[in-house]
Amino acid sequence: MPSKSNQDWLNSTYGKAVARNPERKALYESSSGEPVAPLYGPEDLAEWNYHEKLGYPGEFPYTRGVQPTMYRGRLWTMRQYAGFGDAEESNRRYKFLLEQGQTGLSVAFDLPTQIGYDSDHPMALGEVGKVGVAISSLEDMEILTDGIPLEQITTSMTINATAPILLALYVAAAKKQDADLAKIGGTIQNDILKEYIARGTYIFPPRPSLRLITDVFAWCKDELPDWNTISISGYHMREAGCTAAQELAFTFGNAIEYVDAAVAVGLEFDEFAPRLAFFWACHSNFLEEVAKFRASRRIWAKIASERYGSKSARSQTLRFHTQTGGATLTAQQPLNNVVRTALQALSAVLGGTQSLHTNSFDEALALPTEASVELALRTQQIIGYESGVSDTIDPLAGSYYIEALTDRVEQETWAYIERIDDIGGALVGIEQGYQQREIQESAYRLQRLAEQKQRIIVGVNQFATDTTVNPEIMRVDPTVEATRVARLAALRKRRDNAAVEQSLTKIRAASRSNENMMPLLIEAVEAYTTVGEICGVLREEWGEYQEVLTI
Amino acid sequence: MANEQRIRVLIAKPGLDGHDRGAKVVARALRDAGMEVIYTGIRQTPAMIAEAALQEDAQVVGLSILSGAHLELFPRVVDELKQRGVDDVLLFCGGIIPQEDIEKIKAIGFQGVFGPGTNTGDIIEFVKAHAPVRT
Repeated sequence: MPSKSNQDWLNSTYGKAVARNPERKALYESSSGEPVAPLYGPEDLAEWNYHEKLGYPGEFPYTRGVQPTMYRGRLWTMRQYAGFGDAEESNRRYKFLLEQGQTGLSVAFDLPTQIGYDSDHPMALGEVGKVGVAISSLEDMEILTDGIPLEQITTSMTINATAPILLALYVAAAKKQDADLAKIGGTIQNDILKEYIARGTYIFPPRPSLRLITDVFAWCKDELPDWNTISISGYHMREAGCTAAQELAFTFGNAIEYVDAAVAVGLEFDEFAPRLAFFWACHSNFLEEVAKFRASRRIWAKIASERYGSKSARSQTLRFHTQTGGATLTAQQPLNNVVRTALQALSAVLGGTQSLHTNSFDEALALPTEASVELALRTQQIIGYESGVSDTIDPLAGSYYIEALTDRVEQETWAYIERIDDIGGALVGIEQGYQQREIQESAYRLQRLAEQKQRIIVGVNQFATDTTVNPEIMRVDPTVEATRVARLAALRKRRDNAAVEQSLTKIRAASRSNENMMPLLIEAVEAYTTVGEICGVLREEWGEYQEVLTI
Repeated sequence: MANEQRIRVLIAKPGLDGHDRGAKVVARALRDAGMEVIYTGIRQTPAMIAEAALQEDAQVVGLSILSGAHLELFPRVVDELKQRGVDDVLLFCGGIIPQEDIEKIKAIGFQGVFGPGTNTGDIIEFVKAHAPVRT
């Protein structure tokens, strides 16, 4: 007799089979520890309504995708995060990537640039050019963008505490190319709250930091209309160890904080929200990640329309960049990472990402080599051009499991958003260490699961081999730091130092008022005032954030 | 355990990178293993780390760095410790450290280098086996 329902089947055919041969694991669970059933069927979608839950691509609630044609119209932007050493070296890597068919740039800055120290500052010692390119002045930005037509490509810059200054530098470089600012497109990460929670490149306390962010929103709305003013990022919190639902929830919590800050200074939601972008991670649980991406669109559409009364479709559409999971890469058997990255990238594409970075297989060892970056880019091209998954929109929709999982990730996310609301918002949560503790708990749980072999990592806790592989690794030229120090010394001598002083005086005055900082920052960088000099003044005025220690 | 002195461990993050997942997991695992663990937080200068080791009377100092600045910063931490007369601590480290740098780091006094994928049990065992005994 065939089973008449899922429950019926569980009790009969399935039950008998399991009684004879137990399953591989006693419990199957999602990244947040929710049980995964052996089978999903129509019962799991009993209350489920197609039009309410999914709708159509380019229509509310955008579950199936933000564009009407998705990848049939245009593939996602293949955007490899790159940058190291000095501006010359990074400029060469960008040109190489563009020649290989990459369609947008993504600039990685070194830590001193991210934290507002010039390359010749004592705190920069040992870090110059290491995890990204060192940019201290307009001279560096001009070299970085040399020969790259800024009107024609879009550039994403992973920069947060110093985002307004790096944006000012980019604008100044574009002006030097005689580019029309209305045609300049790109993104700055500009997401300081997740820096306090997970990534760590904060400078100033939250209040002045939020003010800088709203200054960027306001200025770009009028002057740089195609620029994504913020990329509200779950990626780094996920990398720090949180679950898929926490990734969404903590990110939306931060988004709500930014929106509220902008509304509080008089901006209209539908005026600035169209330029908000998001950034998700894709980790290894393939179907859960697809569900997460789909859920994220539906949640944002509701936040925009219900919480903020948005009337603009563009404000309600969640556009996102995705990066494969750096923390899932293993130093052991590093070539396995090629496969991990391909699967993660595929989940991002099936989840409808707008742009994608695929990690290189050697990144658990060092910065990637040119060859490994090329392979990572080819991975995207194979998915896009060969696999056929981009031929139709949201191809996994309607799968009982995918839809049940999309619903569940959404529910888990709303529960966390409510908790953050109850605490008093994301910022209060950060000050109390709430998100930090939640992430640490998840990270520790994941570590224990791996150590107890309940979470298998191929080549690490199972199928391990003794042979150590030593692939060729990329090393940043050790002379970069000294060269940079010399270049900065020459610049400080050559430039009009009276103009520099004057620009800093204006910035100091503006830091004490509500004047929008962006025009002053552009004026300052055009006078070759450095990132470190500007941040030095702001540090004096605003002080520095002190980490909330949560061990 | 009652008669045994708890091992005092300082976990620190030199340099500017904010990747503290590994440092926090290790700190927590050592604490769960019964040790007294002090975590400094991120962005610590070599002088700050050495000063904390001295003030906290740490027997063990564990450094975590993922930015690639280990060859510049680790020797400075060692120097700063020496300058303060802290010469009987067990040093270990973790993070993104290329294979070919491990010998150099061991040569300046780091007895343990634990890369990605390390089992925290191995770090606990290492610390218990090598921590200098304080009287």
